Amino acid sequence: MNEDMLLEYEDIEKSFFGVRVLSKVSFALRKGHILGLVGENGAGKSTLVNILGGVISSDAGHIRFQGREYTAASPADAFRQGIGFIHQELNLFTNLDVAENIFIAGFPVRRIACIPWIDARAMRARAEELLGSVGLAIPCDTLVERLSQGERQLVEIAKALRLSARLIILDEPTTSLTARESERLFALMKELQGRGISMIFISHNLGDVFRLCDDIVVLRDGLVVDAGPVERFSENRVISLMVGRSLDHYYPPRATVPDEEVLLEVSGLSHPGIVEDISLTLRRGEVLGVSGLMGAGRSELARILFGLDPYTRGEISVKGLRMPSGPSRAAIRSGMAFLTENRREEGLLMEASVADNIALVCLPSFTRTPSGLVDSASLKREVSGAASKLRIRSSSLDRQKVRTLSGGNQQKVVLAKWLLSGPSVFILDEPTRGIDVGAKHEIYKIINDLAGRGAGVLLISSEIEELMGMCDRILVMSAGEITACVERPEYDRERILRFALGRKPV
Amino acid sequence: MIRQGDRLLAFLLRNATAFLFVAAFLAFGVQAPAFLEPANLLNILLQSSSAAITATGMTFVLLAGGIDLSVGSIMFVSAALAGKVVLGGGSLALVIPIVLAVGIACGAINALFTTRLRIQPFIATLAALYMWRGLGLWITRTRAMNLPESLLQVGTARPLGIPAPIFIFCAVLASAHLVLARTPVGRQIYAIGNDREAADKAGIASGRVIAIVYMLSGLCAALGGLVSVAQLGAVSPTFGNQREFAAIAAAVLGGTSLFGGRGRVFPGTVLGAVLIQTVENGLVIVNANPYVYPLIMSAIIFVAVFTDSARHARLSRLSRRYIRPWQAAAHRVETANSGEEGKQ
Repeated sequence: MNEDMLLEYEDIEKSFFGVRVLSKVSFALRKGHILGLVGENGAGKSTLVNILGGVISSDAGHIRFQGREYTAASPADAFRQGIGFIHQELNLFTNLDVAENIFIAGFPVRRIACIPWIDARAMRARAEELLGSVGLAIPCDTLVERLSQGERQLVEIAKALRLSARLIILDEPTTSLTARESERLFALMKELQGRGISMIFISHNLGDVFRLCDDIVVLRDGLVVDAGPVERFSENRVISLMVGRSLDHYYPPRATVPDEEVLLEVSGLSHPGIVEDISLTLRRGEVLGVSGLMGAGRSELARILFGLDPYTRGEISVKGLRMPSGPSRAAIRSGMAFLTENRREEGLLMEASVADNIALVCLPSFTRTPSGLVDSASLKREVSGAASKLRIRSSSLDRQKVRTLSGGNQQKVVLAKWLLSGPSVFILDEPTRGIDVGAKHEIYKIINDLAGRGAGVLLISSEIEELMGMCDRILVMSAGEITACVERPEYDRERILRFALGRKPV
Repeated sequence: MIRQGDRLLAFLLRNATAFLFVAAFLAFGVQAPAFLEPANLLNILLQSSSAAITATGMTFVLLAGGIDLSVGSIMFVSAALAGKVVLGGGSLALVIPIVLAVGIACGAINALFTTRLRIQPFIATLAALYMWRGLGLWITRTRAMNLPESLLQVGTARPLGIPAPIFIFCAVLASAHLVLARTPVGRQIYAIGNDREAADKAGIASGRVIAIVYMLSGLCAALGGLVSVAQLGAVSPTFGNQREFAAIAAAVLGGTSLFGGRGRVFPGTVLGAVLIQTVENGLVIVNANPYVYPLIMSAIIFVAVFTDSARHARLSRLSRRYIRPWQAAAHRVETANSGEEGKQ
């Protein structure tokens, strides 16, 4: 037992729906150190810190914090014990002012006639002080909805400092910040470190990790593959540890080559604050990759292409037909399919059966003409056909709820759903996120199969290796713009990463 | 200019109720000068006090992102009980605490449904609507009760020279306003209505706060029922029927959002309740066709709900995440300046 250790993880395990997310995770964090937690999407980083923050509980293992056995029943409990958690999605109430947000769970009060009244003067004074300590010069009665993302981030930190936190967790804090706002955040982190506060910093930006952190923990598929002081690592080493496998056997080869026929053409697509001047073409039989860091605008672009979000300038045409800027039904009719990044929330009805989910998109084409009722016999035939083609492992298509399937099988259900409507353009947003290696391999085969049968696939992924293994060309996005189009012969991880880091005006 | 049109629209949306108010006064005042006489204006206030008290309770529930459809039935149960106790010889000093306790108890049961059993508030309070109405009918044996003088005192007394219903209404209003603006629970109600999940993560005891909100709604409904029965002097089997809709309409007309987290009892809900009563009163005075009443009322409710969703849509646009924050800042300021309500 070491006196200098603030936090120790010992053999922590966690599974979701039978899928192991963390196995035997152990590491330690020194007092006053900043620890960088890196890993691919789905490696288990968020799960790891969510256990610490009291959002979820672990299945097995121990955590020691400040020399004592630690468990947190709730986020509030974790906070009281000195752990501040700054989530990627900020937890601020936009309808309240800054001071109220800082003190929402523990207002300073004065009792008059047995009723606790908010001691507004004390609250404002303390809030001003906390805002001062994070270097935010705004009146503390400003409504949060009037603040920029960067200012909101600083308010979150001020909130975490309210009860003298010993450890602050920052989960992807810079994704929606400008370069200048990020610099300000980093300066603050260094200053807090000077005051003896430890931090866990999760980021996809390895440059930031190397600049800020004293120690690094690399996670892959729920395992700690390496951990130690930052001097022991180089960026390249971290990347190979994160990926941890050679590309050659991993991605199945594709027999077919792209056609000349253009299926999807986008020119000059813009929406203020979201994407700027996007142009791309997707050909028949082509797999076109879209790379970029978290928050580069890839998913936003996908949503605009599919008609879920509006755009102000530019043109989208599918097979030469111009798409109206509007609801996605037009996109579905013209043969587009969209697999969302967040299948739990957007792509699937979790409480419905596998068969119902698969049937969802193509229902209209299975109605008998005069009655408008669904021809369930032929629908069932088609559904089970699609399910077996994609090798969806389900005990009963009709009865098993999608919620109980593994991540990989859920993803296949989403694909099956779209396959039945016979689309020609697939927009796949992170199709392999959070699923195990074997299921990934099957998804890759399905993608190759789709391209082989003449579909065009727009593949969005955060894993550069995946894109290099699967795509004919890779578009790189940064800050809502396409910064490069890399052809297969020029594939190089560093090159792509450099474009992804791109230009960020200060 | 498109932007100017946009700004004008935002201005209209923000002040829709005030415009309706002025329009109602002008229209009725021109058609029937008797409408503007002080006696009639006082009458409007008297008539709207019961609805305003109930609507104040409703505002708490809506602010926390819930809804309470049972308030009309709670009014009925408490009025019926009040009648029973008074007819049985109970004094006013006995009636008032009993009625208020019943209101809180009804609200506590709603809270139990929604927080512990996790039933959607809409469904839970819809069930409660039938439950309390049934209970009230059972208490009254589905007969109208005429009440003795002693209960009517609540309607006719004049503490500090102010008619009692208006006095009670002002007291409820003042305390509700203070609780919402100045106490931890009040601010936490706004937080829960804004984002329930974030509220849990922030360590707010959401379940407890939501329970308080429904109990306050029940308390206000019982008090509203008491004021109303004292003014009417009788409890009929349809007493309080559909008052939940008047209460919701008053709150939403006053700018409280059905989506939670936005609104105020003063001036909002008060203005809404008085506006509804003003229109009802005006329609009687100008001798309008009674079949027109529900049509006009529905038009007003439609305006209220429409402005609410238009406002909500604007706000969700504002809270979008931007990829290119330096562009978004300009975009956001532009949209914000063209009109969003200020501090709650």
